[in-house]
Amino acid sequence: MQSWKFFASCLVVLLASLALCLSGVNEYVFYAGFVILQFIVLATAWNILGGYAGYVNFGVPAFLAVGAYTAVVLFKFMGASLSMQIVCGGILAGLLGLGVGLLTLKLRGIFFSIATVAVVFILETCVMNWPYVGGATGLQLTRPSGLLLFPSYNRMLFFVMAVLAVGSITIARYIQTSFLGRGLRALRDSEEAAECSGVPTLKIKLIACTVSGALMGMAGAPMPMYMSYIEPTSTFNLSYSISALGMPIIGGTAHWLGPLIGALLLGGVQQVVSVTISNELNVLVVGVILVLFVVLAPEGILGLIKKCKNSSK
Amino acid sequence: MFSLDLLFEATLFGILLGCFYAAVSLGLSVAFGLLDVPYVAHPALLVLGSYCTYMLSGLGIDPILCGVLLMPVFFILGMLIYRFYYETFEKRGSDAAVRGLAFFFGLAFIVEVCLILVFGVDQRTVRASYIGSSLELGDYRFPYRMLVAFVIAIGLTWALTIYFSKTFNGRAIKAVGQDEGALRLMGANPVNIKQLAFGIATAVNALAGAMLIIVGPVDPAMDRIYIGRTFCVVVFAGLGSMSGTLVAGLFLGISESIVLMTLGASWAPAVSFGLLLLMLGIRPQGLFGR
Repeated sequence: MQSWKFFASCLVVLLASLALCLSGVNEYVFYAGFVILQFIVLATAWNILGGYAGYVNFGVPAFLAVGAYTAVVLFKFMGASLSMQIVCGGILAGLLGLGVGLLTLKLRGIFFSIATVAVVFILETCVMNWPYVGGATGLQLTRPSGLLLFPSYNRMLFFVMAVLAVGSITIARYIQTSFLGRGLRALRDSEEAAECSGVPTLKIKLIACTVSGALMGMAGAPMPMYMSYIEPTSTFNLSYSISALGMPIIGGTAHWLGPLIGALLLGGVQQVVSVTISNELNVLVVGVILVLFVVLAPEGILGLIKKCKNSSK
Repeated sequence: MFSLDLLFEATLFGILLGCFYAAVSLGLSVAFGLLDVPYVAHPALLVLGSYCTYMLSGLGIDPILCGVLLMPVFFILGMLIYRFYYETFEKRGSDAAVRGLAFFFGLAFIVEVCLILVFGVDQRTVRASYIGSSLELGDYRFPYRMLVAFVIAIGLTWALTIYFSKTFNGRAIKAVGQDEGALRLMGANPVNIKQLAFGIATAVNALAGAMLIIVGPVDPAMDRIYIGRTFCVVVFAGLGSMSGTLVAGLFLGISESIVLMTLGASWAPAVSFGLLLLMLGIRPQGLFGR
């Protein structure tokens, strides 16, 4: 896609979501929409490291929760504004990404993935034993009154998440087309060969870890305000990992459009299933669809479309 | 509050706990350590084993016997899982690692959610004469359930060590872990041998699952914490070493039990994951690594 077309459509999407917020649509739309938009950010962020570089991150909830708990601490300590919560959440989660990257430099494949799971549980245990943020029982939060021009707080959060989603897709698109994306793809195919050909594998891997972590943290920062409540067990839930990894794989990991398609489809299905049937079942749906795609259509939906186009020629 | 006496008691309990951790990790030590399969679904199958034991023991069968009865079923299940994994991922070669990981991670979640849908999120236990009572030696009390797990764990480790060093098939499994190509040149089929090894790993997991529910109540989400414990033991041991698995299990058991007694139960989950992360950061090849 050409750049001007991409930015024009970004602008259109943002204006459309702004218009939706100011219109008289049912409040539930924003409640469900927030979750889907959050998954777009998470899936896109996961794909920067998992899709381009082939490093499978199972620790999505760790980064998400760092964002969320940073927001809680800032809010409780000094009543920080939402934008500041998001920025600081992003910075800290980015630092965590950098730390994980540094610690696991030499680890590949499953070792990297298991290390990221370990980060989730270590942070969860720390938060559980930290009474200031509510410990294991959680913390009730009162939303501030500042709404800018929005009719309700949920609508404002929806718009904020839409901005984050558009922003993360723009970043993913930039990374994909720049030297970073080329380097990451080279390193996915063969790290030694990439290093020998002069790709600064270490540097770009750390950049990818940091950017991916920061985006996940930013997606997590508005969460305490969205639920007016925070609690470790649901925040550090590994189901975030399976969704954030399932969506890009279902959509197709090679292109920035993949996570977007996957998140829209799967996020939509999840919302329908959890409303009509049950919450447990929506994790099952993700798991089953993920396994089916991994086995039958390894290139995801984008791969299927490509195949159809090729065979019709 | 901290005394040598307490430390001694923590160590004793840690030894029992550690042998149990070694036993639940043995299957992973074969599947991941020897065969290099990214088997993150191992803890989920462990919990599945516990629930199968729970169902069978409802018929009045002793839990240990349930575990033994489940072994052939899990053996076949394991062979099927490996065959499927081989046909869909290993055979295709490139980029299979990422998808294999995603596949096993998805499988773990499917097992977990199915258990929740069938049994609910409540904790389940089994009944047997040795659960609930304990052996008293002087000032120390050893719960029989831990002693049972201890004996089975030692027995399993011993049996697997003998199997891998003395029998033809066992040696073939070790060989396939070391050099697949060479095995093929000797006229053996590496895929069949790996399939056998995977079956054994899963069968051991069934008995380990029975022990899990003997040692304490089980709930479907328990596999998540056991990701840390089993992988910690296997990585610590250095991939694929059976006696190393026992030593690493003991180390984890003792550390966890000391933390449990000094800092409290709320810090216990971080022990295994912390040790795992530390090991991965410092020495990924493990203590007894090749």
